[in-house]
Amino acid sequence: MSVEQAQAQEQQASTIRLRWGRGLAWLALFVLLIILAGGLLRNQQGAVSVGERIPEFTLTTFDGQTLRSADLRGKVLVINFWASWCKPCEQEAADLEAAWRFYQPRGDVLFLGIAYVDTEPEARAYLEKFGITYPNGPDLGTRISQAFRIRGVPETYIVDREGTLQFVQIGPFRSLSQIKSAIDPLLQP
Amino acid sequence: MITELGYGTLAITFFLALYGIGAAIWGVQKRKPEWVESARNAMLLTFPLLTISCASMIYLLVNGNYEVEYVSSVTSNSMPLYLRITALWGGQAGSLLFWSWLMSAFASAVTLRNWQRDREFLPWVIVVSLVTLGFFLGLTLFVENPFDRLWLLPNGIAVKSFFAREGAIPFYQSDGKGLNPLLRHPGMIVHPPMLYLGFVSFVIPFAFAIAALITNRTDDRWIQITRRWSLVAWLFLSLGLILGARWAYDVLGWGGYWGWDPVEIAAFMPWLTGTAFLHSVMIQEKRGMLKHWNMILIILTYNLVIFGTFLTRSGVLSSVHSFAQSAIGPLFFVYIGASSALSLGLLLHRWQDLKTDLHMTSVLSREALFLLNNLLFMGILVICFWGVIFPLLSEIITGQKVTVGPPFYERATAPLFAALLLLMGIAPLAAWRHSTLQTLGKAVWKPTLVSLLAPLTAVLLGVRNLAALIGFWLAAFVACVTLYEYGRAAIARSRTHGESLPLAFWNLVGRNRRRYGGYIIHLGVVLMAIGILGIELFQKETQATLARGEELRLGPYTMRFESLAVFDTADGRNVARAVVSVYKNGRFVGELYPRRDYYYESQQPMTIPGVRSTMEDDFYVLLVDWQPISSAGATFKVYQNPLVNWLWLGGFVFILGTLIAAWPESEKSPAIARAKRQAPLGAEAS
Amino acid sequence: MGTQSDLRWLLLIGIFLSIGLWGGAGTALAQTPDPRQITDDQVNAIAKHLYCPVCENVPLDVCGTQACEQWRQLIRQKLAEGWSEAQIRQYFVEQYGDRVLATPPPRGINWLAYLVPPVAILLGAWILVRAFRGRKHPPSPSTLPQSEHLPPEVVKQIEQELRER
Repeated sequence: MSVEQAQAQEQQASTIRLRWGRGLAWLALFVLLIILAGGLLRNQQGAVSVGERIPEFTLTTFDGQTLRSADLRGKVLVINFWASWCKPCEQEAADLEAAWRFYQPRGDVLFLGIAYVDTEPEARAYLEKFGITYPNGPDLGTRISQAFRIRGVPETYIVDREGTLQFVQIGPFRSLSQIKSAIDPLLQP
Repeated sequence: MITELGYGTLAITFFLALYGIGAAIWGVQKRKPEWVESARNAMLLTFPLLTISCASMIYLLVNGNYEVEYVSSVTSNSMPLYLRITALWGGQAGSLLFWSWLMSAFASAVTLRNWQRDREFLPWVIVVSLVTLGFFLGLTLFVENPFDRLWLLPNGIAVKSFFAREGAIPFYQSDGKGLNPLLRHPGMIVHPPMLYLGFVSFVIPFAFAIAALITNRTDDRWIQITRRWSLVAWLFLSLGLILGARWAYDVLGWGGYWGWDPVEIAAFMPWLTGTAFLHSVMIQEKRGMLKHWNMILIILTYNLVIFGTFLTRSGVLSSVHSFAQSAIGPLFFVYIGASSALSLGLLLHRWQDLKTDLHMTSVLSREALFLLNNLLFMGILVICFWGVIFPLLSEIITGQKVTVGPPFYERATAPLFAALLLLMGIAPLAAWRHSTLQTLGKAVWKPTLVSLLAPLTAVLLGVRNLAALIGFWLAAFVACVTLYEYGRAAIARSRTHGESLPLAFWNLVGRNRRRYGGYIIHLGVVLMAIGILGIELFQKETQATLARGEELRLGPYTMRFESLAVFDTADGRNVARAVVSVYKNGRFVGELYPRRDYYYESQQPMTIPGVRSTMEDDFYVLLVDWQPISSAGATFKVYQNPLVNWLWLGGFVFILGTLIAAWPESEKSPAIARAKRQAPLGAEAS
Repeated sequence: MGTQSDLRWLLLIGIFLSIGLWGGAGTALAQTPDPRQITDDQVNAIAKHLYCPVCENVPLDVCGTQACEQWRQLIRQKLAEGWSEAQIRQYFVEQYGDRVLATPPPRGINWLAYLVPPVAILLGAWILVRAFRGRKHPPSPSTLPQSEHLPPEVVKQIEQELRER
């Protein structure tokens, strides 16, 4: 093999290396940008929005009952995220309970309370304090709140019979009538 | 009127920046230097214009013009004058304006330099600087406008807008919400401007690098020009980081100075690449190697600066430092994507032109050790970057958040930091080009022997922690090598020049500021390392609830809870202030006043520690909780932070060293340059 | 603190081989029957390594929100019931998810968190080693800077100044 051949070969090898290096550099940049875009998208998205189907979840209540959202189709769901350490939650607690008592006899409206980042003793004490009777359970592993992408508590999501989100309340409800006016339109046949 | 003035000048500057970009490119394309000159004038004008804009904002802040939304969100009647001024950078919109102003200062300054020898860089430096400035101005103008006013719509809803809305009336408030209490600390007042200064001044070296790439002038000229710019940028960035640490220690009330918070890391990452850059440019200057690598480093630094700003402002990460989320996230993303892709593309396009025939001649040469130092800095960067990015990735893939907290970073970076210290000791003793184990060993053994005294003393004092012993040895080793270098050179100089030793030392530092300033920086790092080892490895803490008169013990300290008072202050705070007596080894050493301030306006509490600080250790008391009614009992969290003062002392020395290194050299230029000026010789020394 | 940091430093030697150690081992605390005997320090020792989702990136032992206060109460209660640190951590993970841990638990996708940095660093080291190996011939005289033809007095001056440095 002549010196020139060897040189040519070396030249070729370095070109190939260079091409690989370039490819890798672009790939790395691309992957990083994708990750950033994904994070940003998730962040910009905000909570699940009206008109979307709600994410499926399973709630194990403080009484040990297991509720699957898929099994609750055909009922209007009022999903309330709350916490015992959250002061604004206390403002709406009595109204929510009153609304539940109002709709409970109908049988086609179900209220669900989900305790976000709460400790069990404190959550139970809160339920007792406000005399709340609808099913409540902890958000195990903060999975439900992450699926709904909630920003804080309280937030309430009202879902129609088909499982489509129809109403979102960020922050506490101000009155019983406000809750009713959000639920009633979904009850018309 | 003032609002219009501020907004108007802001808008004019934005369009001026656009004009400058266009004129510079047009001038290059059509070979019309007068257009480039016009672009240069446009860039020069950005600073005075933005100064007017910033001054108007400050006027509004000081004057309490609460109809301006930004003013009402960061100031209040009870705030003193200096806080109203510094509220300029206390919120998202204002700090963007402030950022732009600082950027324009550097952009204007760079137009004033003598461009005679590097005319071809000028248009591209203008383009890069003005694109950066224009982007931030655009954000300020169209997305986060600090001059937006509040309007009351007929239906009673207040909206934010600069121009009058139909049927809306201006909404005048009598008081504002006030500045975030965490930002009312002197450290926090100075910390953001320093960081921003560091950020914006790194734009200039980047602009020159890009200009060099575009014009294909691949010699070392851009590095020579930007050497001092980079040092200044690095100075501000270091100062910003140190002040931030001090602020965290004084205000955040967790007993530490650095929490590996994503936003802290965001500011730390450009510092890492900047530090690597400062070291590796020396190889290019001395040996003409690593042209690719230096380009990569400065491109990384610039993009990390933008990335850091993005992380802080886009709300993509939640963190103590984050501004509230806003629409600027996607815009930042587009900008980062474009700037990183363009600079990478440009670099790859010029890859072959940057090739040099030079190679490493020895694994132990100083350039090889510098490269190893770069590898370590990049290693730390990768860990930091990945730690910040990973939660995003995990959330995208699994839908679940994870925390990447301090233990991750500490365990991963500690060995790399230790290796860096070791290199810091060896590299100054290695020769350029060629070093062998023998020559290096000959230089190293004396300082090594002396430095072993440090861990030995520590063992005698009862330290059994292996990590601490290694750390102390490394610190002592670097200190010995550095002092040995100083001593050797000073003695040599005093012999050859017949100067007294102190005079020889003084002249030595004065003659080669970069080198000996650099060594002072190394000494600063040693001091900081001692402080960090102390607090990280030997911090003690305890927490207890005490009734009045009860005592608590921690190490050699005894603390007695004397009294507690809760009162309101004139500036809108509710203060709970405890008085505790501190005894060390049974001897009374003073009273401390840990307190908790509650800000009514912003409904935020703030925990201010009581600290007794000595070189040996800090006694750091936090008031965690108290009984509101009887004020009889209170809960205290108490830390003993050994050696932490060395960290601040080291920071001081560090900054001093950087100042020396960055200080302009004496007017007398080297003989070789003088000779060249007299008779142009053509060939350039490498 | 001591043993843990020793561990950290042992990593200096075998840093990337001992990834398995990253998980962090918890030590079981002695059982204490009486809840009032649980000291704040015992609670904080555990809280230090937990993170509450309400205040991200702030360790539980220094977080001031009411949610965090409740969590600390819970730790105290569990300690009084005789739970070990590992059990309490496990309980928190089940209740609130992996995000309560200071570092991602090493399983599944989380391995990426631990593997990417060492791989990247090794890659860098490999490139560096190649750069050294790559030199096949010492720099030929032609690539070395040519000595310039300077007047002797300038050369003398340069040497003089070099000595001064």
